[in-house]
Amino acid sequence: MTTGTVHSWDLATAVDGPGTRFVVFTAGCPLRCLYCHNPETRFARYGQRVSVDSVVVEIEKYRRFIQVAGGGVTISGGEPLLQPEFTAELLHAVKGMGLHTALDTSGFLGDRATDQLLADTDLVLLDIKSWDPATYRHVTGGEVAPTLEFARRLSDRGKPMWIRFVLVPGLTDAIDNVEGIASFVSTLDSVERVDLLPFHKMGAPKYEAIGLPFLLADTPTPDAELVDRVREQFLAHGLEA
Amino acid sequence: MTAVDERLDAWTGFRGVDWRHDIDVRGFIQANYTPYEGDDTFLVEPTERTASLWRDLSGLFAEERRRGILDVDVHTPSTITSHRPGYLDRAQELIVGLQTDAPLKRAIMPNGGLRMVEAGLQAYGYELDPAVKEVFTKYRKTHNDGVFDAYTDEIKRARRAGVVTGLPDSYGRGRIIGDYRRVALYGVDRLIDAKRAERAEIDDVPSTEEVIRDREELAEQIRALGELKQMAASYGDDISRPATTAREAVQWLYYAYLAAVKEQNGAAMSLGRTSTFLDVYLQRDLEAGRLTESRAQELVDDLVIKLRIVRFLRTPAYDELFSGDPTWVTESIGGIGEDGRPLVTRTSFRFLQTLYNLGPAPEPNLTVLWSPALPKGFKRFCARVSVDTSSIQYENDELIRPRFGDDTAIACCVSAMKVGKQMQFFGARVNLAKALLYAINGGRDEMTGEQVAPHRPPIGGEYLDYDEVRAAFDRMLDWLARTYVDALNIIHYMHDKYAYERIEMALHDHPAQRLLGCGIAGLSVVADSLSAIKHAKVRVVRDDTGLAVDFAVEGDFPRYGNNDDRADSIAVGLVEDFMALVRGYPTYRHAVHTQSVLTITSNVVYGRHTGNTPDGRRAGEPFAPGANPMNGQDRHGLVAAALSVAKLPYDEALDGISLTASITPNGLGRDTEERVTNLVGVLDAYTDAGGFHLNANVLNREVLLDAVEHPERYPQLSIRVSGYAVNFVRLTVEQQRDVINRTFHGAL
Repeated sequence: MTTGTVHSWDLATAVDGPGTRFVVFTAGCPLRCLYCHNPETRFARYGQRVSVDSVVVEIEKYRRFIQVAGGGVTISGGEPLLQPEFTAELLHAVKGMGLHTALDTSGFLGDRATDQLLADTDLVLLDIKSWDPATYRHVTGGEVAPTLEFARRLSDRGKPMWIRFVLVPGLTDAIDNVEGIASFVSTLDSVERVDLLPFHKMGAPKYEAIGLPFLLADTPTPDAELVDRVREQFLAHGLEA
Repeated sequence: MTAVDERLDAWTGFRGVDWRHDIDVRGFIQANYTPYEGDDTFLVEPTERTASLWRDLSGLFAEERRRGILDVDVHTPSTITSHRPGYLDRAQELIVGLQTDAPLKRAIMPNGGLRMVEAGLQAYGYELDPAVKEVFTKYRKTHNDGVFDAYTDEIKRARRAGVVTGLPDSYGRGRIIGDYRRVALYGVDRLIDAKRAERAEIDDVPSTEEVIRDREELAEQIRALGELKQMAASYGDDISRPATTAREAVQWLYYAYLAAVKEQNGAAMSLGRTSTFLDVYLQRDLEAGRLTESRAQELVDDLVIKLRIVRFLRTPAYDELFSGDPTWVTESIGGIGEDGRPLVTRTSFRFLQTLYNLGPAPEPNLTVLWSPALPKGFKRFCARVSVDTSSIQYENDELIRPRFGDDTAIACCVSAMKVGKQMQFFGARVNLAKALLYAINGGRDEMTGEQVAPHRPPIGGEYLDYDEVRAAFDRMLDWLARTYVDALNIIHYMHDKYAYERIEMALHDHPAQRLLGCGIAGLSVVADSLSAIKHAKVRVVRDDTGLAVDFAVEGDFPRYGNNDDRADSIAVGLVEDFMALVRGYPTYRHAVHTQSVLTITSNVVYGRHTGNTPDGRRAGEPFAPGANPMNGQDRHGLVAAALSVAKLPYDEALDGISLTASITPNGLGRDTEERVTNLVGVLDAYTDAGGFHLNANVLNREVLLDAVEHPERYPQLSIRVSGYAVNFVRLTVEQQRDVINRTFHGAL
């Protein structure tokens, strides 16, 4: 029986994919994003080992609700592709229940997603955290190239994608950085939507609770002017963000 | 022209036969209404006339807010005919009639209780006319006096301690909906004939106490109908005959409702289910070219303006319990007919449109009877209105229709009743959390130490034992049920005797079926407390007198509101058990026992009067409203919480189960269209799961915080609380804090 490390689960609407969704937050992530708003899912030790079956039992309680309301199941994290077998099996099981499936990922470990896993995924929520490699490294501690390769692979397969970009003043807001993402995304074929997510600090108390420093405590949230500018940049590439 | 000719004229173009011979408004609606399956694009904005009328009133609202009440007539106990006609702007009003001779001027209604009148006046710097006081102390007894003559010491103790609360023993009970539509359809003379026939039917029955009372009540009903005609005549209208136009239909119906609110200061004075009835008249005039859409909307806007300015004189303590100045002019909209056709008409839309044309408001309490089978255009419009105004509530038509039929309206917040065929003896509620503490403390009050319930040995030991607590609690609940039903029987006996709702009952069939609306508060506190005792370890902290005053919980335990059967089944059991206990005690006039899981906003006051509880809740902290999980204890989002609430069995709580949810706009979607789609989906799925009621607020926490700081910027900010809406800036600071602290679902 395949098991995975899961932090928690939640029912959410309109946040992690279309409609009302059962969202599984896996525990453990290879990146260390400065603005991370789920730091409690960063390490596997913060989660619990559970079987695919036990998650399915929980999802089953909501199957009817989700079907009537419209929605599905999203595997988020943490980074679900850090546990590719578990994630693949869970997506396969959920697909078998007749529910819409979504995978919320940074794409950093995109090469661990098998073709079968992608076949069981109806929608990928792909975080592109920055374009400029140095900025990406600064923001996440990782490399941007794997994410871009993953995005291209999804595009080639015609896999629907929602691209997400977190706008942080002074960190990810450089004109060239935004421009790079926007122009890259405009070359992808299967992007259904771009979510421009203004940085917020609602995760700050979580850092305190688990005793980690929140390095962006003094960073302001973006003002309307900045959000408009970035939105315009996406629009210039035909993307409504 | 003879009366019959007039009626034929009034009914020109109407179809159907049976309703012509019997008083049968439902039959009339079914034979004549035009279901509307389109969207909201036909709706129109307010005319300049409407806007100006509303603007003038808004100035008075500001003044009223500043002074507490705008004005009051301290000399004239109110009756249907007590006051001369009053107007907002006689030349501009399409629908006329005020409770007194001036807008927002309140009346006194001492039949319910003189103390309430005097306290209400005193609070706002007025003094009761000594002559009125003399009449109601020396010559005329009130409902309140009667009740206290018959209360036992035990009931008085339970009432004072707050284990039984909010009883309508010093004010009007309300929750009776006259079928105001009858006046428009049949005219008053025909209704008087029908009442005489009902009266004649019991002429040959031996004059037992019950029969004598029925005869006297029917005589009073007939008298009240006569006064209704007189009142309308003072405004220049002859309502002895049926309405012939849409304007008359709206006006006749409103006169009937007005008569009720002139005579009764009922806790909830609901309107019924009028929109689709009125649509038949509006549609007839529209088709005949006698009316434009703009004028049709004006008639509805004007009616709603009148419903928004219904006022009663109440005490600040009452207002504190219920947050502001509620009248529960509940109007039930939509639903599906027994033949499967939606009962949605253009006028269903027009009623909701008033929330745009006049801005959001708590009254009338617009209540949508929701079914997944409602037309898509209507569902989307309702959701849009919710997203924009947070001013409507939803109740499950799929639960109501099979049990009450398709001509059912909601009284107050969640109480379903067949219009004109059922009425309710309103019973407020008992405090289950306090009862649990009484069980642990052998009947002593945890705040005062007073022996309120009969003495039993308190529960001993360092840790609470589940089976022992359960057994003691069951015994305590039985005592509570008996004491409670006793109190309600006394209250309703005296209300019938001293403050009988003549006009409302004149607009019911005889005999009407009576429902005894019991209620429970503190459900989630008790469910969590019992879960803690069962699944964790609860250590008792006692004071010097042995009273359990605090509890320390060791370990984790499942909480109600997370779709976890371990805790939810406890809540289900509580609802079933208390209903069964209540059913064990006989009721006045053979009323059918029901109960609600509803607190309105009194969850704050109940919490204040209840000590520390075994779930970890601190003394004085508010309860969750209605059937909601405790604040912050629903950890998996609104859907999980809603599914927990949906498990509560409606058949064991036929007076309604209330859930209030506040969602941020972003928690519903990125833009309005997406929000509307998602809210429709959630409402469909919650209804499908058997959830009974949902108050949907779509609001940002920041907006509420700003409104606390700058109330003047938000004169019309409405927010749904348990079962109705309130004007947020009129809440007490404590209630505002409760609303803001209440679980805000950033994501659904």
